[in-house]
Amino acid sequence: MEKGVAYDNDMNLKATELRLGLPGTDESQKEYSSFVKSNKRSSEEMDSSCNEEECAPAPKALVVGWPPVRSYRKNVLQQQQKKSDSDVSGMYVKVSMDGAPYLRKIDIKVYKNYPDLLIALENMFKCSMGVYSEREGYNGSEYAPTYEDKDGDWMLVGDVPWDMFVTSCKRLRIMKGSEAKGLGCQ
Amino acid sequence: MAYSFPEEVLEYVFAFLSSDKDRNAVSLVCKSWYEIERWCRRRIFIGNCYAVSPQIVIRRFPEVSAVKIKGKPHFADFNLVPEGWGAYLYPWISAMARSYPWLEEIKLKRMVVTDESLELISKSFKNFKVLVLSSCEGFTTDGLASIAANCRNLRELDLKESEVEDLSGHWLSHFPDNFTSLVSLNMSCLGSEVSFSALERLVSRCPNLKTLRLNRAVPVEKLPSLLRRAPQLVEFGTGAYSAEIRTDIFSNLVEAFSGCKHLKSLSGFWDVVPAYLPAMYNVCSRITSLNLSYATVQSPDLVELISQCPNLKCLWVLDYIEDAGLKALSSYCKDLQELRVFPSDPYGAEPNVSLTEQGLVTVSAGCPKLQSVLYFCRQMSNAALIAIARNRPNLIRFRLCIIEPQAPDYLTLEPLDTGFGAIVEHCKQLRRLSLSGLLTDRVFEYIGTHAEKLEMLSIAFAGDSDLGLHYVLSGCESLRKLEIRDCPFGDKALLANAAKLETMRSLWMSSCSVSYGACKLLGQKMPRLNVEVIDERGPPDSRPETCPVEKLYVYRTVAGPRVDKPDFVWTMDEDAALRLS
Repeated sequence: MEKGVAYDNDMNLKATELRLGLPGTDESQKEYSSFVKSNKRSSEEMDSSCNEEECAPAPKALVVGWPPVRSYRKNVLQQQQKKSDSDVSGMYVKVSMDGAPYLRKIDIKVYKNYPDLLIALENMFKCSMGVYSEREGYNGSEYAPTYEDKDGDWMLVGDVPWDMFVTSCKRLRIMKGSEAKGLGCQ
Repeated sequence: MAYSFPEEVLEYVFAFLSSDKDRNAVSLVCKSWYEIERWCRRRIFIGNCYAVSPQIVIRRFPEVSAVKIKGKPHFADFNLVPEGWGAYLYPWISAMARSYPWLEEIKLKRMVVTDESLELISKSFKNFKVLVLSSCEGFTTDGLASIAANCRNLRELDLKESEVEDLSGHWLSHFPDNFTSLVSLNMSCLGSEVSFSALERLVSRCPNLKTLRLNRAVPVEKLPSLLRRAPQLVEFGTGAYSAEIRTDIFSNLVEAFSGCKHLKSLSGFWDVVPAYLPAMYNVCSRITSLNLSYATVQSPDLVELISQCPNLKCLWVLDYIEDAGLKALSSYCKDLQELRVFPSDPYGAEPNVSLTEQGLVTVSAGCPKLQSVLYFCRQMSNAALIAIARNRPNLIRFRLCIIEPQAPDYLTLEPLDTGFGAIVEHCKQLRRLSLSGLLTDRVFEYIGTHAEKLEMLSIAFAGDSDLGLHYVLSGCESLRKLEIRDCPFGDKALLANAAKLETMRSLWMSSCSVSYGACKLLGQKMPRLNVEVIDERGPPDSRPETCPVEKLYVYRTVAGPRVDKPDFVWTMDEDAALRLS
């Protein structure tokens, strides 16, 4: 459906930033929807050009004053959200992998359980960590996921209930399987 | 007129007329009735501060005790009106200070109020009683201190959602020790902590205090002390409703609430700890109004609270209530008249709660007295809108915000024209309507034809062509305020319906397709309108005439072009208008 743009091209609408409908054309609409899709990180291949923080649940405020929520209300809700978020220590955590030249960062709150997290890590680092078992840890796998908890101790990922893990995990480290052996046997 | 009533009798009769409409009608009967009426009109309502000047008002109505003035257009609430646009209170106060020394009441909405104005108010009107500042800005807590210190007979101080520069909480301590007349205090929009002991003493010595809305800084443990001193309270707003969970705090709260046998309205509830909600259960059976729109509490806790309020007439709540909670609402609260559901995460890409069109349909079915709705949601269907319309033909206000612009009927992917069409067709008393979702020109045809009582219409991202705007302007007999953003409406419809604009209070159009040339033409054609172009790109003259303007605000006025315009506002054909006035 034509949005009634009745001007010559030399109007250079873009320069005047006039919005006659959704910001921009179909092109930017497509951009927007792929923007939205990239939130589902755990089910997609990690695009190495996509920095997780940029793809994080982005504010939808692409349009001034929409949705029509008054500033005061917006501010109060944002404050309250921040407050409840900061109660949880362990959101964006650094992830290092032995032998990798640089670290990554992920938002562990995005994942619902350990398998989700492990799949995401495996995709991100192109490694295999296998399946967790209480007795054997990740025995036999090339790599094993470990994390530093609130007390500063390095723990094997999977030992504690997921919710407890999310609140206590400060950073992740994907260790070589051979080194992780010591952690696995309890 | 030898047999007409003596003036005194007419004056006595006119005193019973409270509605402005009636008084305006009466003043048109004949010159003597005009004269009598103007001398006895005590309450003035000015819907647009630029439609008339203080001088004109004072000249016509010499003995006024209450004024209500509205300033910026409604879309200013959503940051669409640039800073510095106008709506300054000071000129009004300085004129009224001279001419209305016995002024008692000032109620303002979306005006820029300075500390200077507040000080002038506090010193000029000896019997000043009521100050309501709704969505105002430009003042600090120092201005409030002047009011507190100097208004010996103050009854009401209500800062409803104003933006106050909060320098300190010290202002409250400026109420003198012998000040006892307070009836209503709403400081909920302030951030700073006031002296709690000053607040306690104030509450103690004001036996007529009926409304007390605290700010977030007052913790829940302190509420009992205030409630105990004001058991006559009718409306109460808490501060932050959270504390570590302690039985002594809880039982104090229960006892204090129980002592307030007249409580009808509750609000506040920032940072709610659900465990403290049951402390209010004893008063819930009398509650008619509940504002939980800052309470980030989940549906089950909300339902438990609401289920205790069978007399609820008005509920403001976050979408945490979800469809399930709205279902409960519809079964417990059969007296419900007004429902507002606000979004907890308006900018989130995905829905964070299970609130859909179904919740609203259920409430419309279960609450026979529902007349006023404001609803934010992420999906809607024509079927749902039609159901709502059929269920609730008594709707007066229907404001629907589907968060994604131009979202179609999620079931059929069609525009929502027929849905909204059903609303205007069935709800014959509809006075206010806000549209959203995917809409073509067709919905405007329905609105123009059926919405006979519609006074205010808000449109965003809708329509295909000028025809849409034409339908609205050529229909809608009762239309007073029209606000449009991001719609492909342009010159033709506007110019063809120029005369309509004189029958309305105002028209706002931003990010539409109205050209500068058309604005100029409109300004020339209609000398009794102020056609204001708002454009932050610089003078419209520096661009071609066919170039669309950023924003357009058109309003009828008897005051001519305004003299306090900022550098990004131009009044079209100002010269011609000045010559004619």
